[in-house]
Amino acid sequence: MTLVYYAIQQTVNALSIGSLYALMAVGLAMVFSILRLINFAHGDLMMVAAYLAAFALFANLPLGLAVVLIIIGTVIVGLLMERIAYRPIRGAPDVATLLTSLAVGQILQNGMLLTTRFLGQPIQIAFPTPDVLNGVVAFGSITVPRLNVVSLVIGLIALVSLSFFVTRTVPGLSMRAAAEDLTAAQLMGININRVIALAFAIGSGLAAIAGLLFAVQAGQINPYMGFTPVLKAFIAAVIGGFGSIAGAVVGGFVLGALEVILTALPGIGDILPPGMVSPSTQALLQQWLPSSLTGYRDAFVFAALILMLLFRPNGILGQPNREEMR
Amino acid sequence: MLKIADLHVYYGSIRALNGISFQVNEGELVALIGSNGAGKSTTLKTISGLLRPRQGIVLYEDADITRTAPDRIVALGISHCPEGRRIFGGLTVRENLRLGAVQRRQGADMAADMDWVLSLFPILKERLSQSGGTLSGGEQQMLAIGRALMSRPKLLLLDEPSLGLAPLVVEHIFQIIRQLKQQGKTILLVEQNVHQALDAADRVYVIETGQITLTGTPDELKHNPQVEQSYLGR
Repeated sequence: MTLVYYAIQQTVNALSIGSLYALMAVGLAMVFSILRLINFAHGDLMMVAAYLAAFALFANLPLGLAVVLIIIGTVIVGLLMERIAYRPIRGAPDVATLLTSLAVGQILQNGMLLTTRFLGQPIQIAFPTPDVLNGVVAFGSITVPRLNVVSLVIGLIALVSLSFFVTRTVPGLSMRAAAEDLTAAQLMGININRVIALAFAIGSGLAAIAGLLFAVQAGQINPYMGFTPVLKAFIAAVIGGFGSIAGAVVGGFVLGALEVILTALPGIGDILPPGMVSPSTQALLQQWLPSSLTGYRDAFVFAALILMLLFRPNGILGQPNREEMR
Repeated sequence: MLKIADLHVYYGSIRALNGISFQVNEGELVALIGSNGAGKSTTLKTISGLLRPRQGIVLYEDADITRTAPDRIVALGISHCPEGRRIFGGLTVRENLRLGAVQRRQGADMAADMDWVLSLFPILKERLSQSGGTLSGGEQQMLAIGRALMSRPKLLLLDEPSLGLAPLVVEHIFQIIRQLKQQGKTILLVEQNVHQALDAADRVYVIETGQITLTGTPDELKHNPQVEQSYLGR
């Protein structure tokens, strides 16, 4: 039975990591689909959210109020980013917009570094995890960390709301139209500045939620913490089909599953209960899937990305692009 | 209703319009004809706010809209059905039509307009839930025109509605255009299909390398030797 527990725990783990990646990837995909801009500063929004959360919790604000303030604050930063950095270079070559996004990321990181220094804080600070997110949830005899369950539930709520917004509301429809053809969208009477700002606002809000959950998971935060998540979100978006919101969600969960499998499988020979498999199989597992392989997880993830790009460059849900079809 | 004066438009350093002036009166169907690259589409894009002229003015109902944003221009009652149709291929026909009325509130008015558009193009009714990309070229053009009508425009800008369509389909599209004119819409039509344009229009402007070179009624132009030679192939 140990193996079943293990599998269930790892599944919840995979889904909760996947929903975090999905939350981040969706923001990247939304902005990319409209502007063809890969916003690498998206990860730094997550970092900003984590710091806002830490400051709010240090100030002993109630969690609910803190969450609202964190989301509002991060959305404001995201909107300023669009207004100050990206709008003036709209229509510029892709390289220019990409470099701008890296620069915006640097500015946010250094800005946060200065802020923490000004506040007399060290570079790395322990995240004051609220008590409700600590501990475990028991389903019968199976226990799962509460944080994983909360991440999964919040992630799913956010993604379902987003899907409702995108498919059932006029602003959501406008956003899809703008993603397909920005000029035609303008001719419909869509105010594209508003649609783009909306995409940034929603992406930032989702990044804020992801940032808070990520900070709790990591236990500590620093100004550079956004880098790995944004790369992972980028990979998730590419796996799913870059520019597609549904693809970003699928890619996020696929990446989460992949990572957890790559983390959980090595060392599986050690935890198998006696009698589950023959001793020779167990020895083989221990030999070929030693726990020391765990350290290579990211290498395997990137290898998977390379394979994906080789064999299905448009991702799981991506369609061949129009240039190729001509 | 619409008055263009001395419009100069550039793409970067390349001059596309070299001081064109013309006007469209209420209830008229005015055609702008000319060969590829003469500046016809550029003119429409400048009117709908997609392009900013370097010089010149666009007056609509006596208001200067030269530097007005495209979404404001739609709100003022100008609808631009672009060249190449540019329907949203990944969205359904219904969603495409809804987007044509994106500035309006959902309601009885809009439902009535939707019914009216579907009565103009009954084939679209059967396609409402299909994605736009699955339609034939003619159906896409009907959708593009229908979508442009959903904003209840006073002035409709049509860019090459016959482009790439079979003669029978072109005939049908032009029947609809005439019908719209009879219902009181003011239309500015850009066409390379000069025969059809001359048959439908009240007045015609000929545009060459960014300038208006000729103007008159279709009858006058049909018998103009230059037009006969360059555009009617006689």
